[in-house]
Amino acid sequence: MKDYIYEVARIRVMENGLLSKADFDQLLAAPDHEAALAYLADRGWGGGAGTSDAEAMLKAEEDAAWALMKELLGEGHELDILRLTRDYHNLKAAIKDIYASSGLAPERLYREGGTIPAEEIRRAVEDENYGRLPEAMQEAAVQAQQALSRTGDGQLCDSIIDKAALDALTAAAQSAPDPVLAEYAVTLAVSADIRIAIRAAAAGKSAAEIIPLLAEAPDLNRSMLAEAAAGGKASVAEYLRSTPYSSLADALSRSMSAFECACDDLMIERIRPQKGEAIMMGPLAAYVIARETEIKSVRLLLTGLQNGLPREQIRESLRQCYG
Amino acid sequence: MLNENLGIVYALLGAALATFLAGSGSAIGVGMGGRAAAGVLTEKPELFAKVLILQLLPGTQGIYGLLVAFVVLGKIGILGGTAPTADKGLLFLAACLPIGVAGLISAIHQGKASVASISLLAKRPDSFGRAMLLPAMVETYAILALLVSLLTVARL
Repeated sequence: MKDYIYEVARIRVMENGLLSKADFDQLLAAPDHEAALAYLADRGWGGGAGTSDAEAMLKAEEDAAWALMKELLGEGHELDILRLTRDYHNLKAAIKDIYASSGLAPERLYREGGTIPAEEIRRAVEDENYGRLPEAMQEAAVQAQQALSRTGDGQLCDSIIDKAALDALTAAAQSAPDPVLAEYAVTLAVSADIRIAIRAAAAGKSAAEIIPLLAEAPDLNRSMLAEAAAGGKASVAEYLRSTPYSSLADALSRSMSAFECACDDLMIERIRPQKGEAIMMGPLAAYVIARETEIKSVRLLLTGLQNGLPREQIRESLRQCYG
Repeated sequence: MLNENLGIVYALLGAALATFLAGSGSAIGVGMGGRAAAGVLTEKPELFAKVLILQLLPGTQGIYGLLVAFVVLGKIGILGGTAPTADKGLLFLAACLPIGVAGLISAIHQGKASVASISLLAKRPDSFGRAMLLPAMVETYAILALLVSLLTVARL
């Protein structure tokens, strides 16, 4: 079995650069958005992208995390599972862009860093040559495109691709090269299932209509979740208390944004044991997940500061730190 | 001819095993430590001296194996002493096994502990003392094996 001794040791040094709770306290104490950007720039964020463009800074950080992985793993596909959802996001964006003419600029529609270049997905959809896509994507792409062309229902198109993404995630979890990646995929699939069930129920769908939209995630019974969703958020929370995801129940009772935060916190809790791993690849995956969660927190913080939200409200939206 | 030299053959086999097994364990352990050290030094070259010490900790088992082998060679007519009988040769072989086997296993595990300690040092450069102590504990068992091998060989 391959070991990752050099790579993990290097990641341990890089982990020192992750933002801590004290850093987030400093950022929250910043008088305004610009001061927070300046603090991040002082911490080395942005890699010289300047302090005025927050999105450029965040993108530079995300790119830096993946560039490091590329340097450590070469052209290896070990961490592809972490990029899988981007492919499905791009497929959704491409179908809507071409068949419903969203009119948005490509950089606002597509996410970079998927396992397949966004442009390649767009071309495949445009030429209706779905054979150029991975096998798991092809059927969903055809179904979603036909559904959108026939009904013009963007939500239906979304639900077809979301379901395919979740199926791909749960399938990837079975063959993941490291347990932490499997846990990532399962946690992501479970949180997406809960989200989909609640949204579908809010849109007036019955339990029978919700079940096919959900992926087969371990520890979560699809029909029980769908039935609970039909009864409202409180009954979903009640159902979650009887599963290993009970930590999400209280957050769900509060609000959907609290639920999103709890999902990310749960992910951080699940990757935390990787801090003690020195040989296998788990810490590499944990670092990427931690970086992405950290960038999400910083984005929320900067947006909050820019919009003049109360500091306490911003603080509540911040995710747990891995560093 | 072989029967006449059977004692020295057994004794040499013991010396070879002590050197080969303990040395191989050390090579694996030091190699693991070296890779972890290189990972840390890529980002923090200033930690060179500290990570070098941690890398070298699993190297001692190879030296212990060599030491036992030298003492055996000094008693069986190679570097001194007289050629042993077949029975005595077997006793030399048995005496070499503790450092050979325990050296191999302890060096590999000490290498893993060193790798973990190098990671600890990467996170907390001021924890060198603790980082060194943890893999050093594994050394205890290599020393016990060395004592058993050395005392037995010395008495033969």
